[in-house]
Amino acid sequence: MLQYYDPNKNSQPGQVIDPRRDYGTPAISIDADETVQLVTLSIDGQEVKMPEGTSIMRAAAHLDINIPRLCATDSLQAFGSCRICLVQIEGRKGFPASCTTQVEEGMIVRTQSQETAKLRRNIMELYISDHPLDCLTCAANGDCQLQDMAGTVGLREVRYGYHGENHLDAVKDESHSYFTFDPAKCIVCSRCVRACEEVQGTFALTIDGRGFESKVSAGQNEAFMDSECVSCGACVQACPTATLMENSVIENGLPEHDVVTTCAYCGVGCAFKAEVRGDQVVGMVPFKGGKANRGHSCVKGRFAFGYSTHKDRITKPMIRNNIDEPWQQASWEEAVEFAANKIKTIQKEYGSDSVGGITSSRCTNEETYLVQKLVRAAFGNNNVDTCARVCHSPTGYGLKTTLGESAGTQTFDSVEKSNVIIVIGANPTDAHPVFASRMKRRLREGAKLIVADPRRIDLVKSPHIDSEHHLNLLPGTNFALLNALAHVIVREGLEDKEFIELRCEDDAFLHWKEFISDPKNSPEAMAQGHWSAGRAHYCSGKTLWKSR
Amino acid sequence: MANIKVYVPRDTTACSLGADSVAVSLQHYFSNNDIDCEVVRSGSRGLYWLEPLIEIETDSGRIAYGPIGPNIIDEFIAAKCWKINKEHWSYLGVVDEIPYLQKQQRVTFARVGVIDPLSLSDYENHFGFSGLKQALDMSGQEIVSQIKDSGLRGRGGAAFPTGIKWQTVLDTESDQKYVVCNADEGDSGTYSDRMLMESDPLCLIEGMTIAGIAVGADKGYIYLRDEYPLAFTVLEEAIVLARNSNFLGENILDSGKNFDLEIRLGAGAYICGEETSMLESLEGKRGEVRPKPPLPAIKGLFGKPTVINNVISLASVAAIIVNGASSYQNYGVNRSRGTLPFQLSGNIKYAGLVEIPFGVTLKDLLYEYGGGSRSGRPLRAVQVGGPLGAYLPESQWDTPLDYEAFTSIDGMLGHGGIVAFDDTVDMSAQARFSMEFCAIESCGKCTPCRIGSVRGVEVIDRIKAGENSVKNKELLLELCDTMVTGSLCAMGGLTPYPVRSALEHFAEDFESGS
Repeated sequence: MLQYYDPNKNSQPGQVIDPRRDYGTPAISIDADETVQLVTLSIDGQEVKMPEGTSIMRAAAHLDINIPRLCATDSLQAFGSCRICLVQIEGRKGFPASCTTQVEEGMIVRTQSQETAKLRRNIMELYISDHPLDCLTCAANGDCQLQDMAGTVGLREVRYGYHGENHLDAVKDESHSYFTFDPAKCIVCSRCVRACEEVQGTFALTIDGRGFESKVSAGQNEAFMDSECVSCGACVQACPTATLMENSVIENGLPEHDVVTTCAYCGVGCAFKAEVRGDQVVGMVPFKGGKANRGHSCVKGRFAFGYSTHKDRITKPMIRNNIDEPWQQASWEEAVEFAANKIKTIQKEYGSDSVGGITSSRCTNEETYLVQKLVRAAFGNNNVDTCARVCHSPTGYGLKTTLGESAGTQTFDSVEKSNVIIVIGANPTDAHPVFASRMKRRLREGAKLIVADPRRIDLVKSPHIDSEHHLNLLPGTNFALLNALAHVIVREGLEDKEFIELRCEDDAFLHWKEFISDPKNSPEAMAQGHWSAGRAHYCSGKTLWKSR
Repeated sequence: MANIKVYVPRDTTACSLGADSVAVSLQHYFSNNDIDCEVVRSGSRGLYWLEPLIEIETDSGRIAYGPIGPNIIDEFIAAKCWKINKEHWSYLGVVDEIPYLQKQQRVTFARVGVIDPLSLSDYENHFGFSGLKQALDMSGQEIVSQIKDSGLRGRGGAAFPTGIKWQTVLDTESDQKYVVCNADEGDSGTYSDRMLMESDPLCLIEGMTIAGIAVGADKGYIYLRDEYPLAFTVLEEAIVLARNSNFLGENILDSGKNFDLEIRLGAGAYICGEETSMLESLEGKRGEVRPKPPLPAIKGLFGKPTVINNVISLASVAAIIVNGASSYQNYGVNRSRGTLPFQLSGNIKYAGLVEIPFGVTLKDLLYEYGGGSRSGRPLRAVQVGGPLGAYLPESQWDTPLDYEAFTSIDGMLGHGGIVAFDDTVDMSAQARFSMEFCAIESCGKCTPCRIGSVRGVEVIDRIKAGENSVKNKELLLELCDTMVTGSLCAMGGLTPYPVRSALEHFAEDFESGS
C-alpha cells in the first residue's frame, strides 16, 4: 500500500489506544508523517504530554483518571451538555467542561475537589429527579452510565422529590424490531442524535422542542420504523441509559462475555464483539478496534444475527450416500472419515485432479486460506477457487497487473484524509454501508465527490451530501470515461512523472501513452460515440479514491 | 401656502396606538381640501406616553402634538393644529425642547424620529454614509483602532469591547469572514433595537458595512426576530435602497470593496439571541448553544471568523468614525464609555427611550426621566438588564449606570432595559417567573438549565406554600449556585440572579401566606 493512512501508526501519545476503553472524546486525527505540537500539562498532580487539540478529558483518561461524564463518548465530538465533567483549571474562573476544553501548555487541572464534587452531585440530583427509579428491573441494570455516575458522584438523596414535573409517562416506541425507545428514561444527552449524524450520517434523529420539553424525536415525531432510520444501531450503542435498548437484551438480559469476531455479511470486514450468554449470541456490538469499521456497523452485522440460533441452521454433521437419501446425523469422526473415504475413492477411480474446493465469498480470508491448504496439501492438486473470483476476476487481474496487489491499495481509514473521492461503478451506501458512513463523514467535512454511475445513487444527493459531479454515463462506458480522463491527463502533461519513473516499465508506459494519446480516446471522440463498444470493460464495485 | 411637512411616526408602538390611521386621516383631509401639506412617516422619538406624536415643520423647529390617536384626529384637524394651535390641549411646543428629549445626548439615536427612515436624501443630509465614505479610505486596522479607542462595548448585554472583537476577526486569516447583527431583541422591557431598525435602518446597514470593510468580511446577516414584522419590512426596503445606490454590494462607491447583507428571521426562540445559538439557527439548525471556545470571532458562522454585534453596537459605529473615537469616548464614566439607550417600561409614568451617557444614577433615570410610577404608588423594585437581570431594591438605586458598578451589586446593565414595579408587586412571583421563563426558553441542551429551572419553579412554590421553607430556601440557593456555575451559557448562568436578588432583598414576599 502506498501513502495510506493508519491512525494507529503514529506513535504520538494519545494515539495508541485500548479499544475496550472509552476515552470520552475522539483522538485528534494525525497522519504518520504529520508532526504535531505536544503540550505538557498537569492533571491531579500528574504530568502528561498530549497532542495539541486533545481534550482535558481524553488527556486525563490516558493517565487512568476517569472524569465523570454522561454526554461524552469517544466516538462523538465533544458536546458539553451534561455538565458532569466540569473541572477546575488554575488561573481560570468557573468550572470549564473537560470534554470541550482543550489541553494547553502548562495547564494545571484539578478533576476532584469539594466544589466539583458538590456541583456534580447537585447536577446528578437534577437528572434523577426526572428518572424512573426502577434500576433493579431495568434492562440496562449493570450497563447504565447514569447508574454508574450516580454512584461515582455519591448521590444519596433527591431533595426535589420525585413528584415534580417529569417525563415518566412518556410512551415507549416499540415500532422497531430490533430495539425499543423508552423516552421516560432519556436524559437528553443527544448521544443518539449525534451518532445518527456524525457516525452514520443519516440525520434521522433530532431533539424536538426546547427547555424541559426537549425530547429525542425520530424524523418529525414519527415512530422509529417510519422515520429515515436505517437501523444501523449507532444510536443504541451511543445511549448511556436504557432509553435505546436492544430487544434481545430486554428479553434475555445482559451478556456474560463477548468474543471479537468478523462480520461476514459483506467484504468490508467489520469487527464485532459477539455478546454471548452461555452459547447464545444475545448481541452483536461493533468493535472499536476494528480497522474497517472503527466501532460502527450496519443493520445486518448489528442486528441480523438470528441465523446463529435459527431452527434451520445445521449444527451437527450430516451425511448421506446418495442425493435421493435423507440426511443422517453423524458424529464428527464419522463425517470426516466418510468424506475422506469418498474423496479418496473418487481420486482413485478418476485421478487426483478429479476433486477440488470452492469457498464462498462470505468466508473470511482465513477460512479460504485453510480450504486451499486442504486442497493443495491433502487433495494434491490446485483445484481451488472462491466465488469472489467470478465477479472480481477482472478487477483482481487489473489491480494485480497495474499495482502489484490484487486488492484495494488503501486502508478504509484513508478516506478520512481524502480531499477528492471518485465513486465509479459502486453504490457504497447500499452495498457497503459502514464504509459509506465513513466516506460521508469526510464529505461533510468538505471533501469533493464525483460519482460516475448510470444510476442516481444515494451519494449523488442525500442529506448533507451533494456530489460535485454526477456523470450518469451509459451502462458499459466506464472504460471509455476512464480512457478519456487518461487521454486528457497525458495530452495536457498532467501525469505524475515521478511516480511513473519510479514504478512503471518505460516501454510499457510509452506503449500505453501512444495508445491513449490517440484522438479516438479523447473526450470529444468518446462523447460522439466513436469508441468501440467491444473494448468496454465493466468496472465492478470498485471504489477509487485519491489521497490528498 | 408653502408645502408643510407633517410627521407621523411609523413605529410599532405608535402604529399599535393608531398612527397608521392617523396618517391616513391627515392625508385624506389635506388632499380633499387641496391643502399643500405632506404627511411624512418618520420614526419615533421614543416618548411613548405621547404616541402617536405628530410633528409639524415650522421655521422655528418642529412643533409636537400628542398623543393624537385615531379617536382624536378629527378634533385635531378641526382645531387646525397643523397650522399651529398653541392653545390645543395636545400642544407640546418645539419637540427638541421637550425636557425628556432635551436632557438626552442622542448620539446613536440622533436621526431616530427625525428623518424618514426610507429616504436616502434625509439620511445623507443628516451625516448618513459619511462614516462609510471615511471608512472606505481607511485601512481595516485604522477602523478597528478607532472603534477600540472609542471604548465602545457590546450593547447586547455582555459589554465585551467591540474593537477587541473586531481585532480578533481582522487578525484571523480566512478565505471568508462574516458580520452578523444580532437583532433578536428578546429581553423583556427592551425595544431600542427595534426602534433603531424601524426609524433609522440605514444607520445599521452603514455600521455593518463599516464592520465588514474593517475586518475583511464581504457578507453580512441580520438575525431578526420574527416578532418584528415592521422592522423586517423597513430593513428590507432600506437594504434595496442602499444597494441601488451602491452603498452595499460590489465595488461600494467605486472603492473596490464589497459587502452585502441579508436578513434572516428567527422562529421565536429567546435563546437564539445567545450568539452561538444564533449561529446554529443561521446555519439552518436547531437553536442550541455551542460551547466556547472556539470563539465565534475565530470560528463562527459556517466555521468562519465572524463579527457578531448587537444592533446598537453596530449603529454606533458610523458616528464614531465621523466624530472621532475621542468624541464618543468623552461620554461616560470609568470603563463604560459613550452613551446607552435606556428603555424605561413597566410601572413607570414616562415610558420611553432615554439615550444618555453612562454614569447617571438609576434613581435619576427612574424619577428625572421616568417620573416615578405610573400607578402613583411608591416604586418598590426595578429589574435592570432584561429577564436575567437582578431585581434592585430602593437601597441600590443610587448605583450609577455603569457596567462595573452594576456587576459589583450582582446586577447588570445588559441591553439597557429597565422595568419598574410598584409596591403591589409580589417578588416571589417575580422570582418564580424568572425560573419559569428559563424553563420555557432554555435551549434544553445543558442539564442545570433544562431541569434546574423547572425544579426552581417547584421549590419556590413549596416555599410559598410553607413546606419546609427553611430547607427549601437553602435548596433554592444551592440550585442557583448549580445553575450559575454549571450552565453552558448565560441563560442558565444568569437566571438565578433575579431569583437570588428577590430572595435577598424582598425576603418577606417568600413567607407562606404573604
